[in-house]
Amino acid sequence: MRLRNLIWKELRQRPTPMFTGLLTVTLGVTALVAIQHITISSEEKISQDMDTLGANVLVLPNSVSLDDYYSADMHGKTMPEEFVTRLALARLPGVQNLAPKLCLETSAEEHQFILTGILPKSEFQAKSAWQGLNLVANPIGSDRGCCETSATAAGADSGDRTSLASTRTIDELGSRELILGSDLASEMNVGIGEEISILGDTFQVSTILPATGTIDDSRAFAHLHSVQELAETGPVVNVIEIMACCDDAAGGLITDLEAELPEARVVTLAQIVETQVAVNGLMSRLSWVFFSILLLVGGASVASVMYANVTERRREIGTLMALGASRWLIARLFLGKAMLLGIFGGLGGFLLGAVLASLIGPGWLDIEVRLMPGLCGVGVAAATIVALAATYLPARRASLLDPCLVFGDS
Amino acid sequence: MYRLESVSKSYVRRGEVVTALDNSTFQIDEGEFIAVVGPSGSGKTTLLSILGGMLAPSEGSVFLNETSLYELSSEARAAVRKESIGFVFQTFNLIPWLTALENVQIPLMLAGKSNLEQLEQANAMLDRVGLGERMHHRPGELSQGQQQRVALARTLANNPRVVLADEPTGNLDAATREQVMEYLSEFNREGRTIVMVTHDDAAAAYANRTLRLQDGKVQSWPSESRVAAA
Repeated sequence: MRLRNLIWKELRQRPTPMFTGLLTVTLGVTALVAIQHITISSEEKISQDMDTLGANVLVLPNSVSLDDYYSADMHGKTMPEEFVTRLALARLPGVQNLAPKLCLETSAEEHQFILTGILPKSEFQAKSAWQGLNLVANPIGSDRGCCETSATAAGADSGDRTSLASTRTIDELGSRELILGSDLASEMNVGIGEEISILGDTFQVSTILPATGTIDDSRAFAHLHSVQELAETGPVVNVIEIMACCDDAAGGLITDLEAELPEARVVTLAQIVETQVAVNGLMSRLSWVFFSILLLVGGASVASVMYANVTERRREIGTLMALGASRWLIARLFLGKAMLLGIFGGLGGFLLGAVLASLIGPGWLDIEVRLMPGLCGVGVAAATIVALAATYLPARRASLLDPCLVFGDS
Repeated sequence: MYRLESVSKSYVRRGEVVTALDNSTFQIDEGEFIAVVGPSGSGKTTLLSILGGMLAPSEGSVFLNETSLYELSSEARAAVRKESIGFVFQTFNLIPWLTALENVQIPLMLAGKSNLEQLEQANAMLDRVGLGERMHHRPGELSQGQQQRVALARTLANNPRVVLADEPTGNLDAATREQVMEYLSEFNREGRTIVMVTHDDAAAAYANRTLRLQDGKVQSWPSESRVAAA
């Protein structure tokens, strides 16, 4: 038998008094681990989205408010297509691509869907040539100083029409060509080369996009001017998506855009993201506050339970001292128990927190939670330190007990 | 073995000074079996605590094998108890959530013995007191007599030279009382010094010397040669 066996046996034989302390310590770590898992995973998702979305600036009609990046063109408000031409010809530094869009709710073969009008890059080149600018390398802006993102890199393969899913632009698109989102294609059970009649006009499916997990999977895309004809809206668009490059370039770009289009509203993805990041930051800070409060409560609970345990075990402690136990050994009996409480509370809290985060993340917040083992160390270390600190005074009191209390009063 | 020189111990209880030991000087030789008797509150337990290195006297010196006990640190006195002194208590003081075997292992654990040594010696001690079959029982599953025998086994585990017993038969029936006293006599015959506080004349009769405490004074009976009460 060793001291650790003595501690372990006492905990196993009399677990009830320690349960409250363990529970509060566990809950403190659970709160920290769950919230940290969710906030960090959320930040990672935002970062990945920023990298893959491509378009990070939106130009919208003035009266539109934006809740969802992917449905930025679904508000029903329009602005003149001429804005696109003005932006293209302004050749603003930091603009890599422009993607104007117009949406039309329609149906074909008994399937309701959104038909989205997009403008291929070839239209911009034609406009540049018409204006006599002959800007072959980049007809819509100036990408000097821009860095390459996965979105722009994907777009480098200009012949691949499926890149529309990630880059939001396409090089060529015929007036009666149709690009289908993956969900819509499987729902309508159509393949490449097949024809679909929309509002009396026949379109041929030229591309089926890979799944993106967004609303785009349920859309159909056609040439902007064809959609304008079908919708009888005239030359208007719902949104202009702008693929702006690095933050440095994009920083000044917003001012330039607002100066160029005072009639429209310029929204950066960063603004949308910043709100989410700010919420995440708040959540993260709150998790530390919860953690601290719960650990303080846990510490107080552990201290109270330990004081009670010392009182309850006075005769036992006296007996051990009579048998030759040193004061330090008596203190270690209690500190060792506190350490076990901290370790088990920390481990239990980490497991509970991780499970909670993995349930809440995908279920409620649509975030895939990645397990962060580093938080286990933080949780266990903090819980152990708190439990040890809370037990210091009770352990000291135990070690200073008068061993004479083992004798009967005579 | 023990030498007490001009030892006094006073308490303040409810505002009054109580003198448990008053300038007592006496000696206990190695191998003696001493019964400490006296009325309640006469200081018998105080004497036992002082002999056990657990209660410093107000005045005077206590020597164990020529070492002044109370000039040692509390840690060093704990070490002396661990190596040289065994205790027997009226209420046995077994740890309720440990088995008989584990209770006997405690002094061996404190002495730093290996697990194997602990098990071998604890087994042997429990066999010696006739509890080899009950070693995995907890105190609550044993009779009072059996519990005191476990406590005796625990006392002997580290082979102490001195056994300090506080009313060892106080909670026992007549048959078990005799059995326990036989064990203590046996320990004494093996050369150990026994100092036993008791109210029981029958138990005191097992001793070869009696120290009577009254009003803080220590008197020896029947031999007066070793006692020099102040």
